[in-house]
Amino acid sequence: MLDFMNPSTLSETMSRTYPMLMHPARITRIREEAYAIATYELAFEDESVRLSYHFQPGQFNMLYLPGIGEAPISLSSDPAQPGVMGHTIRYAGNVTQAIGRLQVGDVIGVRGPYGQPWPIDQLRGQDVCIVTGGIGLAPLRPVIYAILQQRQDFGRVFLLYGARTPADMLYTDEFEAWEKRDIRVLQTVDRAAPTWKGHVGVVPMLFYHIRLDPRKTVVLTCGPEIMMHFVIYEALARRIPKERIFVSLERNMKCGIGLCGHCQLGPTFVCKDGPVYPYAAIEPFFAVEDF
Amino acid sequence: MTELTPDIGAYVSIDKEALESIFRGLKQEGYTLIGPTLGEGAIVYDEIDGMDDLPIGWTDRQEAATYRLHRRDDQAVFGYVVGPHSWKRFLFPPVQKLMTIRKQNGSFSVEPHVEEPPRYAFIGVRGCELQAIHIQDRVFLGGPYQDPDYKARRQLAFVLAVNCTEPGATCFCASMDTGPKAGPGFDLGLTELDDVFVIEVGSEMGRRIMSGVRWRPAGAFELQTMRERLTQAEKSMGRHMDISDLPALLYQNLEHPRWDQVAERCLSCANCTMVCPTCFCSDVQEVSDLLGETNERVRVWDSCFSLQFSHVHGGNIRPHVRSRYRQWMTHKLASWVDQFGTLGCVGCGRCITWCPVGIDITEEITAIRGEV
Ligand SMILES: Cc1cc2nc3c(=O)[nH]c(=O)nc-3n(C[C@H](O)[C@H](O)[C@H](O)COP(=O)(O)OP(=O)(O)OC[C@H]3O[C@@H](n4cnc5c(N)ncnc54)[C@H](O)[C@@H]3O)c2cc1C
Ligand code: SF4
Ligand code: SF4
Ligand code: FES
Repeated sequence: MLDFMNPSTLSETMSRTYPMLMHPARITRIREEAYAIATYELAFEDESVRLSYHFQPGQFNMLYLPGIGEAPISLSSDPAQPGVMGHTIRYAGNVTQAIGRLQVGDVIGVRGPYGQPWPIDQLRGQDVCIVTGGIGLAPLRPVIYAILQQRQDFGRVFLLYGARTPADMLYTDEFEAWEKRDIRVLQTVDRAAPTWKGHVGVVPMLFYHIRLDPRKTVVLTCGPEIMMHFVIYEALARRIPKERIFVSLERNMKCGIGLCGHCQLGPTFVCKDGPVYPYAAIEPFFAVEDF
Repeated sequence: MTELTPDIGAYVSIDKEALESIFRGLKQEGYTLIGPTLGEGAIVYDEIDGMDDLPIGWTDRQEAATYRLHRRDDQAVFGYVVGPHSWKRFLFPPVQKLMTIRKQNGSFSVEPHVEEPPRYAFIGVRGCELQAIHIQDRVFLGGPYQDPDYKARRQLAFVLAVNCTEPGATCFCASMDTGPKAGPGFDLGLTELDDVFVIEVGSEMGRRIMSGVRWRPAGAFELQTMRERLTQAEKSMGRHMDISDLPALLYQNLEHPRWDQVAERCLSCANCTMVCPTCFCSDVQEVSDLLGETNERVRVWDSCFSLQFSHVHGGNIRPHVRSRYRQWMTHKLASWVDQFGTLGCVGCGRCITWCPVGIDITEEITAIRGEV
């Protein structure tokens, strides 16, 4: 039995600091990134909320529009500037399409941050190989910012990135700056125009263009599940242990805080035990079809 | 007065009519009584006023996909087992307003929905059901985020437990170690004998209520009869489930052909999750006025059997009935242990009785063990 029966906490309970309450935040900037994808920078209206808010790379917020509903969206901006919450959003369904109709100055409800982050501290002293497709780069961009902040703390850094066409790639105008700071960016597309200088083909094939040291490489991946399965396959083939392969998963989420049951993957709740997992932790379940 | 108040842990006996004075005492303490009563062709849990509202002299006959009420040939007060309702509907209501969002001056305000939590006295909580409440305590109060509404209702609730002496045909609480005797955590624990109720006092509030009731220490013969009836009940469970190595058994059989067979029968109707006293999944719906100025966020029960439950961009995580039934059963009997340190099934048998096609969770486990 749990010991929560102490009635002295009752008045505290009655004040209902309900964990699902959201706070209004203003859109301060909108950047078109690709077809039907844009980055929204948000700032909480309430200063005390703004000042107390911090997030780590890989975490997400629940974004809310009155009359429409909520959706989980990753933070894609620099965690060193938590007052500006960047969200890179693909207009997929009800909430995200409605966000697509908003303008600078409009208000979105925000609660968070939620979820387990990428293991930044575990990456120090290691080579880092980031493998991602399409909008999967959004939750990984804060990792790149964190690395750039203390570049010397990390070994070699690779970004293996793919999209359907060159026009579907995110953040391409930042790649040059990243490469200047010694992040090797390899790009691939499914379909290319004649001017395309990168690779053509699926993301996991990019592993064949680099050489990884299995003793000190950590792989981080986020993207369609089918892509991640192949990324894991290629990483394991290069003898990178499954404890050093990290994946970020997407599941249907209604609460973000482990109460609604929607996001389960076997013994875990993706909202609180994930979305970032060491592959070793979910291997027996991730591989099961429709689980 | 002191000698009129039994100690915690004491067994006392009362005449059956004296249950009415327990009810009166509870009402004086400000409780709303919720108990078993006839309704909807079944014994359901609803607000009751006194003993007259209890299904005295009735019983239920249950089997897979079958529930029928019958007259008993005696006047037993608690001579039936559990029906389609469970106490979760009072601690975790099927529809619960969470907050109101009002648009104003280009922004919006967020007001949590605050209401005085009801002060319920639950009359007739069976052993399996008390354990189900403890399981939901872990779900809603054991994690980093607590459900404040559940917490308030739970802290205020009074539990009058009833030990089962006549288990039903779909019951298997003995397998799950949740009954037939109710475990700790009740305020009063009642066992019905032929002419009297034997009552175990479980809490300070239980003592207080008993101080207004004509009781006497339970006699040796009464205690002896009670124990015999409970031992007998334990041996007459309608169903049995072998729970040995349970999480591992299911994790190792995620591709067992039995999932295909059960999927051919299962209608994915979600009845099993609605009647289950531990299932806790919910959705949040947006209810707006015509202009969209005032919007309420309303939490409603949801089920892993619904198709929308797992949709993401690009499709459904569990598109087939096979994957949804597998999710439900592995959650109850495997992953629940990892998540909450306890199985998610208490052996109440509701999912067996209320499944329109009579799918039986005990039978499914036997099949996966390869024993049929
Ligand atoms: C941890 C996490 C982080 C995320 N980060 C991002 C991010 O950074 N950027 C981003 O763009 N997305 C992100 N997502 C995905 C995003 O949350 C989903 O796309 C979400 O569904 C969008 O909400 P919506 O209301 O716009 O879409 P919804 O209305 O929920 O629709 C989403 C998709 O499901 C389909 N659909 C809708 N209703 C149903 C139904 N009843 N049955 C079956 N299919 C249906 C729609 O056609 C659409 O394809 C993230 C998800 C998670 C879990
Ligand atoms: S799974 Fe079935 S038997 Fe077990 S607690 Fe739920 S309804 Fe009762
Ligand atoms: S097991 Fe039975 S009650 Fe549960 S969803 Fe399937 S048909 Fe409905
Ligand atoms: S999103 Fe509700 S439990 Fe994870």
